[in-house]
Amino acid sequence: MSDITVNAAGARPKKKSEFVRIMKELSRNKLAVIGVVLIILEALIAIFAPLIAPYDPLEMNLAETFMKPCAKHLFGTDDVGRDLLSRIIYGARYSLSTGVLAMIFGVVCGLLVGSIAGYAGGQVDNIIMRILDVIQALPGMLLLIVLASMLGGGFLNTVIAMGVGAIAGNARLIRAQIMKEKSAEYIEACDSINCSKFRIVMKHLLPNTISPIIVSASMSIGNYVVLGSSMSFIGLGVQPPTPEWGALLSDARSYIASYPHLVMFPGMAIAITVLAFNLLGDGLRDAMDPKLKH
Amino acid sequence: MSAPVIEVQGLKKYFSTPRGMLHAVDDVTFKIEEGKTLGVVGESGCGKSTLGRTIIHLHEKTDGKIFLDGKDISDLKKKELKAAREKMQIIFQDPYSSLDPRQTVDATIREPLIVSRRYTKAEIDEKVEALMDLVGIDARLQMAYPHELDGGRRQRVGIARALALDPRFVVCDEPVSALDVSIQAHVLNLLKKLQQEKQLTYMFVTHDMSVVRHISDDICVMYLGQVVEKCEAKELFRNPVHPYTKALLSAIPSTDIDNPNQREILTGEITSPINPKPGCRFAARCKYATDACHEPQVQEEIAPGHFVRCCRCHEIG
Amino acid sequence: MSENMNSPYLSVKDLFVEYYSNDQTVKAVNGISFEMEKGSVLGLVGETGAGKTTVAKSILRILPDFGCQIKSGEIYLDGQDLLSLKEEEMRQIRGNKIAMIFQDPMTALNPVMTVGDQIFEVVKLHNDMTDEQCKARAEEMLETVGIPKERYEEYPHQFSGGMKQRVVIAMALACDPDLLLADEPTTALDVTIQAQVLDLIRDLQKKFNSSMILITHDMGVVATTCDNVAITYAGRIIEYGNKEQIFHHPTHPYTIGLFGAIPSMNGDDEWLHPIEGLPPDPTNLPVGCSFSPRCPYVTDVCRQEGDVPKRITADGHICFCYNMDKVGKEEQ
Repeated sequence: MSDITVNAAGARPKKKSEFVRIMKELSRNKLAVIGVVLIILEALIAIFAPLIAPYDPLEMNLAETFMKPCAKHLFGTDDVGRDLLSRIIYGARYSLSTGVLAMIFGVVCGLLVGSIAGYAGGQVDNIIMRILDVIQALPGMLLLIVLASMLGGGFLNTVIAMGVGAIAGNARLIRAQIMKEKSAEYIEACDSINCSKFRIVMKHLLPNTISPIIVSASMSIGNYVVLGSSMSFIGLGVQPPTPEWGALLSDARSYIASYPHLVMFPGMAIAITVLAFNLLGDGLRDAMDPKLKH
Repeated sequence: MSAPVIEVQGLKKYFSTPRGMLHAVDDVTFKIEEGKTLGVVGESGCGKSTLGRTIIHLHEKTDGKIFLDGKDISDLKKKELKAAREKMQIIFQDPYSSLDPRQTVDATIREPLIVSRRYTKAEIDEKVEALMDLVGIDARLQMAYPHELDGGRRQRVGIARALALDPRFVVCDEPVSALDVSIQAHVLNLLKKLQQEKQLTYMFVTHDMSVVRHISDDICVMYLGQVVEKCEAKELFRNPVHPYTKALLSAIPSTDIDNPNQREILTGEITSPINPKPGCRFAARCKYATDACHEPQVQEEIAPGHFVRCCRCHEIG
Repeated sequence: MSENMNSPYLSVKDLFVEYYSNDQTVKAVNGISFEMEKGSVLGLVGETGAGKTTVAKSILRILPDFGCQIKSGEIYLDGQDLLSLKEEEMRQIRGNKIAMIFQDPMTALNPVMTVGDQIFEVVKLHNDMTDEQCKARAEEMLETVGIPKERYEEYPHQFSGGMKQRVVIAMALACDPDLLLADEPTTALDVTIQAQVLDLIRDLQKKFNSSMILITHDMGVVATTCDNVAITYAGRIIEYGNKEQIFHHPTHPYTIGLFGAIPSMNGDDEWLHPIEGLPPDPTNLPVGCSFSPRCPYVTDVCRQEGDVPKRITADGHICFCYNMDKVGKEEQ
């Protein structure tokens, strides 16, 4: 069409990045922006915990046990007089990083397994899927507990145990997407110009199938935070006295009737994190959907 | 007479289905000379697309021989196959699904050049520009995504990708069927221009008789995996011999309102392409069918260059 | 009917329809008017996005409730103003008086219901008959479209594409509609099957003396099936006439361009004559004549604000073009 003004002579337009487009789209969604702001805030708190926290989270002060929220201790203190606010601030480090790392572990392994199964098809697909069936047939929590007790407690082992449970789901998701996409004509076109299988998967299939994974992964971080907390709660996750949020809840459970604030504040921290990641996930889904493109 | 660029002998492609072998392409033989276009017409499911894809090795053939520039390329090792494939390209029907929605025009045209590993980055940049110019895409659209382009422009991108490695032979698989008539004419003219400039050899697969008449030198009519008639394009429209060709031509809605076609309405069930019986596959719908039609049919040359697969062709013709 | 006898059977006047998406307004139909006599076949011809299907959906009032609006216009069927009817009244009209055949038979049929039952359901819904009568009618309709009634109990997937489209036609005709809207009824079918289906539609239309609007982009289909032809472009009818007028004396530059772009079945031209440029963006239509940016005969007057005046010849051939007297002349 001649009515479109052509750029100055010779100037070729720059490539518009998909990432920039998605971010732009995301920034229009108020709820998603709230989610992102919350997440960034939590990340900053976790990183700068030593600067922000008013007290050492491990320092006991038997003179000030079970204090209600007051000017000196904003969130009060626990049974051995540790400052709850400081413990929650430090806890963000553990809780957030278990969540994010477990997600990354689950997604990377899931992508690998799922794209092999989906693209190769046939017997390979059959074998991989049957193995995943077995994993998925086990109740999730049971698998987690078995793995965690096999590997032992601690930060990294908890991450691995939680990530393994997610592989099957992610693999299934990506496999279904790839199977749908691989019969498209543009994949056939790749064959006709001699693209290697590796290139087809990495350059064409994954970029076109990854958005549901990103959405579900960003939402799952919230779940991992809860899961990590549950693990600590039953004593399999991070070990005391590490101020992980679930561990805080677990410690406080005996005093729930008389000192509800000990449960309330860590609970709120978990809830806000879950909410923030869910908002982000929802926003990403809308931003990545090509049907909603302008 | 120039040497054939593509020659196919007794090509077969069967697919296994739960109900038996589907004979998608069954014993097809032809050759196409340099710079010529072979039109392949037939109805959906007659195997015309499969034929094209089998020749350029997108599907693995079941049996038969394929020659490219006189060299047997039927059973190639991986490395030789790569080289052969570069010389044979395909343009797809649907300009919406044949381009990767997340790749720009530039990336799509660039890809075959990168994969071939024959060029430096600077050479590739230059070639991409030349290709865009060749197929008539404005330079300002170089970084556009497919969804920002209309059907005609997308099809031009597909053509540029197919021509990137200077192929000898191009399978055009219904390249204009998804386009509006005014756009279709642009693309047909472009294909013809490119053929003349680059001495390309086309196999043009379509169901549109007016398009195939316009673009082809020779035409194959396919019915359920077999070529039932093959001859020069004009001859086919002037003097169709096979009963199926006759019915097909008579069914085209003509834009000449003063001389409407005398329609031959076909009746009878369409034979299943799964484990077909040896006889003529059109016999069940053919008004000339006799017992002899249920025997295997051979291809006969009834006039120079005019081949028909019908035992009653002399009586009917 | 109290209307006088000369009033047309169907008349559409100044129809404007808009779609809304992402704070953009798509002007799909921009002032379409036409009239139809009972028992005639009108071909609505145009390219993708010309607003053909939207016109049909407006007549049947099945446009989506959200993101779409009939801005103005009147549609009279047999003297009745369709656009002012209540939804319940309209439901009586759909199926009984107007029926539609959709382009894709695969999506128009319910895959988990036998074809017989689907026709039965239509009959039952619109007639006050017993189940036996309805079933008899459904079987009769199957036979009418050339499917043996023994196949009543079969499912759509057991039918070929052409047979499915016949079932769709049987459903559309089951209640003897007075007006049939056929939206590209044969585009998804093979040529030999297309010929059968077109003949069938035409025969049945004659037999029941119903009127039909045939939406298509295929000039060949128009030539074999229609009495009158309306050429649409960017949501407007730009030329209207009977079949002879349009095919022998196309007048609008777009119509002429359309004929030039189709590969001829007789000629030997090496090159086709495509229409330059692209169809206009419906969110941003050109000022004046919408075809002006692509028109080889364009003059300043074409680009000025306002509607292109309608020109009618003595025998009812309508064309919307400022320069229709000059068009095509210099070639002769």
